[in-house]
Amino acid sequence: MTSLAALHGLTQNFAGPTGTIEALRGISAEIAPGVITGVVGPDGAGKTTLLRHLAGLLRPSAGRVEVFGHDMAREAAKAYPYIGYMPQRFGLYEDLSVAENLSLFADLHGLTGAERDERSNMLLEFTGLAPFTRRLASALSGGMKQKLGLACALLARPRLLLLDEPSVGVDPASRRELWRIVERMMAQAEGQMGVVWATSYLDEAERCASVLLLHEGRLLSAVPPADFLAPLQGRVYRVTLPAQKRRQAVAGAKTLPGVLDALVQGDTLRLVLAPGAPAPDASRFGGGAVSFVPPRFEDGFIDRLVTLSPQTAPSPALAVEPPHDGKPVIEVRHLIRLFGDFTAVDDVSFSIPRGEIFGLLGPNGAGKSTTFRMLCGLLRPSGGTAHVAGADLLTAAATARQKLGYMAQKFSLYGELTVRQNLDFFARAYGLRGGARRAAIAEACDRFELKEVVDSTAAALPLGVKQRLSLAAALLHEPEILFLDEPTSGVDPLNRRAFWARIGQLADAGVTVLVTSHFMDEAEYCDRLAIISQGRVIATDTPAQLRARVRSEALPDPTLEDAFIQLVGAAA
Amino acid sequence: MSPRWQRLRGLARKEMLQILRDPSALLIAFLLPVVLLFVIGFGLSLDAHKLKLAAVIEAGSEPVRGISEALDASPYLNVYWAPSGQAARLALDAGQVRGILTMREDFAERLVNPQRWPAQAQLAVNATDPNTGTLLSGYVQGAFSSWLAGTMTEDVLTPPGGIALETRFWYNPDLRSSDFIVPGIIVLVMSMTGTLLTALIVSREWERGTMESMLAAPASMAELVGAKLGVYFVLGMASMAMAAILTVTVFGVPLRGSVLLLALISALFLIFALAQGLFISTIARNQFVSAQLAFLSTMMPAMMLSGMLFDIASMPRWLQLITCFIPARYFVSALQTLFLAGNVWSVLLPNLLALAVAAILATAATLAVTHRRLD
Repeated sequence: MTSLAALHGLTQNFAGPTGTIEALRGISAEIAPGVITGVVGPDGAGKTTLLRHLAGLLRPSAGRVEVFGHDMAREAAKAYPYIGYMPQRFGLYEDLSVAENLSLFADLHGLTGAERDERSNMLLEFTGLAPFTRRLASALSGGMKQKLGLACALLARPRLLLLDEPSVGVDPASRRELWRIVERMMAQAEGQMGVVWATSYLDEAERCASVLLLHEGRLLSAVPPADFLAPLQGRVYRVTLPAQKRRQAVAGAKTLPGVLDALVQGDTLRLVLAPGAPAPDASRFGGGAVSFVPPRFEDGFIDRLVTLSPQTAPSPALAVEPPHDGKPVIEVRHLIRLFGDFTAVDDVSFSIPRGEIFGLLGPNGAGKSTTFRMLCGLLRPSGGTAHVAGADLLTAAATARQKLGYMAQKFSLYGELTVRQNLDFFARAYGLRGGARRAAIAEACDRFELKEVVDSTAAALPLGVKQRLSLAAALLHEPEILFLDEPTSGVDPLNRRAFWARIGQLADAGVTVLVTSHFMDEAEYCDRLAIISQGRVIATDTPAQLRARVRSEALPDPTLEDAFIQLVGAAA
Repeated sequence: MSPRWQRLRGLARKEMLQILRDPSALLIAFLLPVVLLFVIGFGLSLDAHKLKLAAVIEAGSEPVRGISEALDASPYLNVYWAPSGQAARLALDAGQVRGILTMREDFAERLVNPQRWPAQAQLAVNATDPNTGTLLSGYVQGAFSSWLAGTMTEDVLTPPGGIALETRFWYNPDLRSSDFIVPGIIVLVMSMTGTLLTALIVSREWERGTMESMLAAPASMAELVGAKLGVYFVLGMASMAMAAILTVTVFGVPLRGSVLLLALISALFLIFALAQGLFISTIARNQFVSAQLAFLSTMMPAMMLSGMLFDIASMPRWLQLITCFIPARYFVSALQTLFLAGNVWSVLLPNLLALAVAAILATAATLAVTHRRLD
C-alpha cells in the first residue's frame, strides 16, 4: 500500500541566540498506513519539529513534506481535516470541562448528530473518562489529561494521528493504557489510520512497526525494530553480580576489550559487545554466571552512537572519604504537607545512609517535588520531622542548605553567561572566596571536562554538556548531600551513562544522593528506591528486590515498571 | 448547519465559557472602564476653581460695592481685598494671587457719566501660565457682566458709538470642561479595554500551548480570529454601553445625538481596537509583552494625539498630520459631536468613514499576520 506521508530531504533551521540551529538535517522517510511509526530520540533530536512538519505547522527550510499526496507547503488545507494532532504540551483548554473540550473539537471537525454522540461516547468509554465529563481539564491528573488529548485527536477519525511524546511524565499504568487505546482505535480503523508516535522512551520503540531514530537532527535508522536489532543478536550478555560493589563492577567491565556498554539492572549487569568480540570474562570484574539475552532497542541505539562518536574517557575518580559511619544522613519521619484540603505528601518516612543513591520514584503529581522542596528547606512541612546532615529542617533550614547541592530538572543556570561566569557566580553565591574559589572552579572544569568550553555561553552548549555544567555548579561547595530532580530524562543513553558514572563516583566518595524521577531507566541506577503514589510511599527497597516482589510464573522477568504498576495497584 | 458555522459556533462557545470562568476578561471589560472614568473624569478638570485675585479699590461708592459683591459671589474667584496697590503687587510677586484688579478713585464718577469718559478698571494677570491667565480674565469679565446686567440699564452697557461684544457659549453653555473631557475618556477607555481584551487572549493561547492544537485543527484563521472578534465585540459593546450610561448619569453630560449613531460609531471603533489587540498578541505571543504593547499603543495616542485633551488645530503641522493616522482622533471628534452637539452629519460622516477604513485595515492586517504556522 502507498504511504500516508512522505518526507523528502526535509531540513529545518532555526535562528538561535548563537547562530543557526539545525533541527532537522535532510530527513527522507515514509509513514505507512495501518501501523504505528515511532519517532524516537533523545530531547533535542528533532522529534517535535518533524511532527510539526507533518501537521503542516512549519515551513521547511529545504525539502518537501507530503501528507496524503498533498504538498504541505502549498496545499496543507486539504490535509488538515484528516490529521489528528496531539502536541507535546497539553493543547486543550484547562478552563473547559472534559465534555466541553470534546464538544469544541467535535464542532471544529464538523461532527454532527448520531455520529458525534457515538464517537464521543466511545472515546470517553475507551479512555475511562466517562465518569469525569463535567470535570475541568485543569483538575485532571497527568495521565487523564493525556487521555483527553488523545480522545480529542481521535475524534474525527483521522487518517494520520500525530502524537508528540504522549507518555512523558505519565504514570506507568496510564502509559500502558495510552498504548492500549491507540492500538484499539487502530484495529477499529481497519488499516485506514496511520499513527506517528514520538517518544524519548526507548522501550516504547520496540512496540512500533517501524522506527525513525533521530539524533541531533539526523536520521540514524528508519527500519522495523527487529531489523534494527538484528546486527546485535548474540552480542548482548547478562552477568550476575554480587549485591555489593555493583558500581565498581560496571567500571571494571567497561575496561574489558570490545565492551560497548555496561549497565546495571538490579542484581545483574547487561553488556553489549562490539561485533566479533569474544564472550566477556566475568571474573575480571567480579561477575558470576554469563548468559545471552535478546537485544533491546537501547542496545542498538548505543551501538549506533558509539560508532558515530567514540566514548569519552572516564573522568578521574574522587578521593574517597572516611568509611561510612552507618548513621543516616537524611532522616525523614512521618512527613506531611497539606495544600488546603489536598494532601500532597501523606506520612512519608525514609532514611538514607551516607554514600547511598536513593530514588523517589513516581509519576508527575505523586508528591515527589513537594517532598524535595521540604527537604531543601523551601517549603515548611505541615507535620513530621526531617533531618538533613544532622540539621533539623524546621529549626535550622539554612544550616542544612549549606550542606546541600541541588540540580534542577530544567537547566537553571544563566544561559547568557559563559561557563566560567556561571561557575564564578555560583561559587560566590556559596560564599567561596579568593584562592578557594579559583581552586574550586579550576577543579570543576577539570573534573567535568569543561575546560574546552569555559568561554562559551551556557545557552549554546549541547544538552549533555549543559548537564555537566549544572552538576559542576551544584558541587562547587563540596556538599555532603546532592539532590537531583529527574537529571537524565530525555538525555541520550550515552550521556545518561556518563552522568550516572559520575554520580556513582560521588556516592563512592561519600556523597549522599537523593534523586526524584518518573523515569524507570533512572531508577535502575539507584541503590534503593521509594515508590511514591498519591503522596504515599508504597514500597522502599533495592531495585532488584522490588522486582523480585512481583516475580511470578506469568512474569518471570519483571521490569521495574511491572513492579511499579503491581505494587501501586496492590496498595490502592 | 454548514461546517463553517458549526466551527464558528463551537469556537464562540469556547470563548464565552472561558470569559465566564476566568474573571480577568470581565474585570477588564467592566471594572477598568469604571475606574478610568471615575479617576480621570473627576480627577482631571480643566476648570480652575477659586482662582486667587487681589483687588485694589481706591473708590468707595455704591456701584463699586456692587462690583465687590459680584466678585465675591463668583464661584471661580477668591478675592483678597488688598489695602494698597503695593500690597497687591507683593502678593502677586509671592505667587499668592494670580492677578490684580485695580479701580481708581474716579471709577464711580466716570461710571455715572459714561458719555464723557468711560469708566476703566485695570486687570493685571500673571501670565506665566497663559491658560489660567486667560481663565482669570474671563472670570473677572464674567463677574463684571453679571453686575452690569443686574444694575445698569441698556444704554449704560453700550458705550456710545462703540461695539458691544456679546459672548454666548454654545454646546457647553456652562463651560464645564467635564462635558468635553468625559466623551474623550470614553475613547481612552474603549481603546484600552478593547485592545487589552484581545491582546491578552491570543497570547494566552500561545503561552498555554492551546494555539498549537487550534492551528492543527481544520478551522481557518479567519474563523479563529472571527470567533474571537465576535465574542469580544459583544463584551466590548456592553462595556461601551456602560461607559455611555455612566457619562450621562454620573457626569451629567447630555447626549444630544442619536443613540443608534453612537452605537454604530462605537462599533466601528471597537472593531478597530479589538483587531489591534489581536494583531499585537499574534506578533508578541506572550501575555506580558502584549499587555505592555497594548498600553503603549493605546494610552499614548488616545491621551495626547486624539484631541481628547489637546486641541489638534493648535498642534504643529507635522503633528497634525500624524494624528490623521490615529483612529482615536475620529472617535473623539464623533463622540464630542454626538454628546454635545447632536447629529451633525457634516462632522460625523467623515469620522464615520475614517473609522470604517481603520476597522477594515486593522482586521486585514491581523488576518495577514495570523498565518497558520508556528514559525
